Amino acid sequence: MIMKGPDREWLKRRLMGGAFFMLIAFAVLTARLFYLQIIEGEEYLRLSENNCIRLKSVEASRGLIYDRNGVLLVDNRPSFDLKIVFKDARPIHKTLETLAGFTQIPLEELQAKVDGSKGGAKYKPLLLKKGISRDQLALVESHSFDLPGVLVDVEPRRNYVYKKSAAHLIGYLGQINGGELSSGKYPGVRGGDSIGKYGAEKVFEKLLRGKRGGRQVEVDASGRLVRVLKTVDSVPGKNLFLTIDNTLQQTAEAMLQGKAGAIVALDPSNGDVLVMASNPSFDQNDFIGGISSKKWKKLLAHPDRPMSNKAIQGEYPPASTYKMITAIAALEEGVVDASTTRFCSGQYKFGNRAYRCWKKWGHGELDLLGAIENSCDVYFYRAGEELGVDSLAQYAKGCGLGKGTGIELEHERPGLVPTSAWKKKRYGVPWQPGETLSIAIGQGFNLVTPLQMAVFTAALGNGGTLYRPRILKSVQTLNGGMSDVKAPEIIGGLPAGKETLKIVRKGLLDVVQGNRGTARSIRIKGVEIAGKTGTAQVFSLKKKDRESNKRLDYKLRDHAWFVCYAPAENPVIAVAVIIEHGEHGSTAAAPVAGAVLRAYLEEKGMIEREVQVKE
Amino acid sequence: MFDRRLIECFDWGLLVITLLIASVGLGVLYSAVTAGEITATHVLFKKQFVWMGAGFFIMFVSVLVHYKYLDKGSLAIYAGCIGLLVMVLVCGKYVGGSRRWLALGAFTMQPSELMKLSLIIMISSVYSGAASEEGLGFRDLIRPGLVLALPFMLIVKQPDLGTALLLLFITACITLFVKVEKRVFITCASICAAAVPLVWFVLKDYQKARILTFLNPDRDPLGAGYHIIQSKIAIGSGMLFGKGYLKGTQNALSFLPEQHTDFILSVLAEEWGLLGCAVLLFLYFLLLIWGLNISYSCRDMFGSILAFGITIMIFWQIFINVGMIMGLMPVVGVPLPLISYGGSSVITNMAGIGILMNISMRRFASS
Repeated sequence: MIMKGPDREWLKRRLMGGAFFMLIAFAVLTARLFYLQIIEGEEYLRLSENNCIRLKSVEASRGLIYDRNGVLLVDNRPSFDLKIVFKDARPIHKTLETLAGFTQIPLEELQAKVDGSKGGAKYKPLLLKKGISRDQLALVESHSFDLPGVLVDVEPRRNYVYKKSAAHLIGYLGQINGGELSSGKYPGVRGGDSIGKYGAEKVFEKLLRGKRGGRQVEVDASGRLVRVLKTVDSVPGKNLFLTIDNTLQQTAEAMLQGKAGAIVALDPSNGDVLVMASNPSFDQNDFIGGISSKKWKKLLAHPDRPMSNKAIQGEYPPASTYKMITAIAALEEGVVDASTTRFCSGQYKFGNRAYRCWKKWGHGELDLLGAIENSCDVYFYRAGEELGVDSLAQYAKGCGLGKGTGIELEHERPGLVPTSAWKKKRYGVPWQPGETLSIAIGQGFNLVTPLQMAVFTAALGNGGTLYRPRILKSVQTLNGGMSDVKAPEIIGGLPAGKETLKIVRKGLLDVVQGNRGTARSIRIKGVEIAGKTGTAQVFSLKKKDRESNKRLDYKLRDHAWFVCYAPAENPVIAVAVIIEHGEHGSTAAAPVAGAVLRAYLEEKGMIEREVQVKE
Repeated sequence: MFDRRLIECFDWGLLVITLLIASVGLGVLYSAVTAGEITATHVLFKKQFVWMGAGFFIMFVSVLVHYKYLDKGSLAIYAGCIGLLVMVLVCGKYVGGSRRWLALGAFTMQPSELMKLSLIIMISSVYSGAASEEGLGFRDLIRPGLVLALPFMLIVKQPDLGTALLLLFITACITLFVKVEKRVFITCASICAAAVPLVWFVLKDYQKARILTFLNPDRDPLGAGYHIIQSKIAIGSGMLFGKGYLKGTQNALSFLPEQHTDFILSVLAEEWGLLGCAVLLFLYFLLLIWGLNISYSCRDMFGSILAFGITIMIFWQIFINVGMIMGLMPVVGVPLPLISYGGSSVITNMAGIGILMNISMRRFASS
């Protein structure tokens, strides 16, 4: 029966039940209070008098970084940090004076640290000085009874073994900032902690970072450890093996000394990045614990942009290295075949303008192979004219240009493959047929990164497969074993048939091995090399300026390109080199690539190790 | 509508108890925020003072309109709160890994707090039409079950397991209060008993670990376990008479976690000892008995259930919070009513007490 109003007796019974329940609950609470405050009270009072239960965090060591052969590139070295707990360091001024006396650290410096931290919790250690020397450490430890509240924490600090080497690839650490802290992307990271800020250190942060542990400890009145109550172990970060080859990287960087430019070397069979060098570089150790603003400003003001990774961020006109794409497009579209010949008189008249070949007096009659070997511009002007810009662009995109390669690193630039629609949108004016001629020989609006050219060259070498370049080879598992990160990833295939590839590859072989090849100078005994030079105009110059004998201003000089792979039949390495303002591909870039090839082939045992002889 | 008789019947006793607890709360809060050297401390105290003022205002507003309109408007209030909870999930503020707050201009609110009250109103409304001498049957439990499930899931999603369980406890207590048939009670109890191990097997390892830590803070000695041990030191070291107002050392060195919100009673215990705690617990107990008495004196079913529901809500908050800081309960974010810092909590509890007064002063009026 539904009740209209509650029956008095019924309600009373129910409520009495509720009241009884609450009474019991309150009795339990009171009993607990009695137990804590009266029975155990003395013990808790003792514990509270020194506030002696503390938390000490145990830092997790960050994963180490090795090269592909297990050479240590980045490790952690112990850093001794001087700290003070205000509550225990009484009288504070006297303690600081004693400390300054022992360590020779100026008292003002210590005092300034202390003054700067007013309002912080008194029982939490305050950092006085990072990275004190072992001598200072010994003095502080041996006089610990005169230095109440002073303690030395050992913390691992990042150490980059090869100064300035592969700095753009490996990256560096820095203190986490407020935005990163609140982003929620870094669980378990506290203010003041260091995280990867750039390069592999940043993109593999999750693998490298361990998990902080800690100890609940009881200390005595002067802050010394009495006993450890509970411990949570820290979990170290994972060790990484990168794909780069340190020996080769060193060789490459030595070759770049004093120049601005980049070198990328890939394993054509899987996309492993063997070398990624960008010069000028920076010292990663400067960034640990915050780079000084003077050093930072100097880096930013440097005209050759040391902070930019030119291998993936430098966008350059591909120049003659682009002729492979024009050749593929021309062959595939049937504009030319292997036997088509053209006559090069040193220039090509188009409209009311003469487009010059780099060779003033012309190459004469040439077929496609000859045109690649000699890098004849006129041949490719005509091929480009017949193909049109949009057809060329389709092939360029098919070869992996105009978009990022998808390497793990951040800030990769896409380069640019111009089309008629792009120009209309960008500049609001229609495409001029003459511009296609510039595009066909890799000048004009074309832009590529050294990495893109390396991936493309590697694909030419391996028979047409574009691999996603990668820098992480394997991760060490907890039990010491290795886990390969992932299988090589194919991102596409060259838009070229077997026959086409064969011809283009023969052309590239002739560039080095042919009698008139533009890169004859880098031949290595016992191995055939295939490659292509390029000389990218930085600035459009009048004919007379270019031909005058006066040396051009550095900033106006052409960029020098060289791309290659070796051995030509079954390559184990593909290299792309750019030397900014190096002027000629054949003289500035090709020898650099040659040295890298030689070093790698020697390391692989494919050629005899050569005793250094001056040629 | 507002005749003299109502004013004569105004529940002065309840107001006095509330005022006493609120002043204890402000006193302890002052100690917690000043002695602990938290920067910008006095701001918190001032803010709480304003919240208390707003709370009393809300309390008197709650008194004005006859509570039967709460019955009529229960669905709208419920729907409004559900809307706020959905908004929390969509655009709430992240604090410490969970989304519990809504930013409304300069201040933030915690809709799950308001949800407690609106759930009680909704449940009371549902049960007032279903209660019978024999008790509730299975069919009668479907609707309240759904009414509970919706906010429960939304709050679990935040995630705020503590508040979600609080809703469950409140609903369960109201249901038992209204009385269920014996067979219903036995079935539900055995289903629950059977479900617990089943659920345990379904959970992933990290979820199990989280629940174990929730039940036993000692498993997390650097987080919850550390908080509990510091809280226990603070409480225990207060002994019988305490260390004296503003003289708590655990408090002063900011050893206590959340000393102005969830762990505020540790400050009181340290500075006022067992005696101070006993006085506060006595005041609380008085408040609860007062609430039950109002439920008894009410002449209609809705009012009775509502008064009981609000009383049991206050009870559970006290029991869970006090149990937690002494290491008897899992570490959950349940504030101590009228004492802990926090606007949403103050408003919710004040509004609840206002509704109790409302029911109390209309006990002689015929419906």
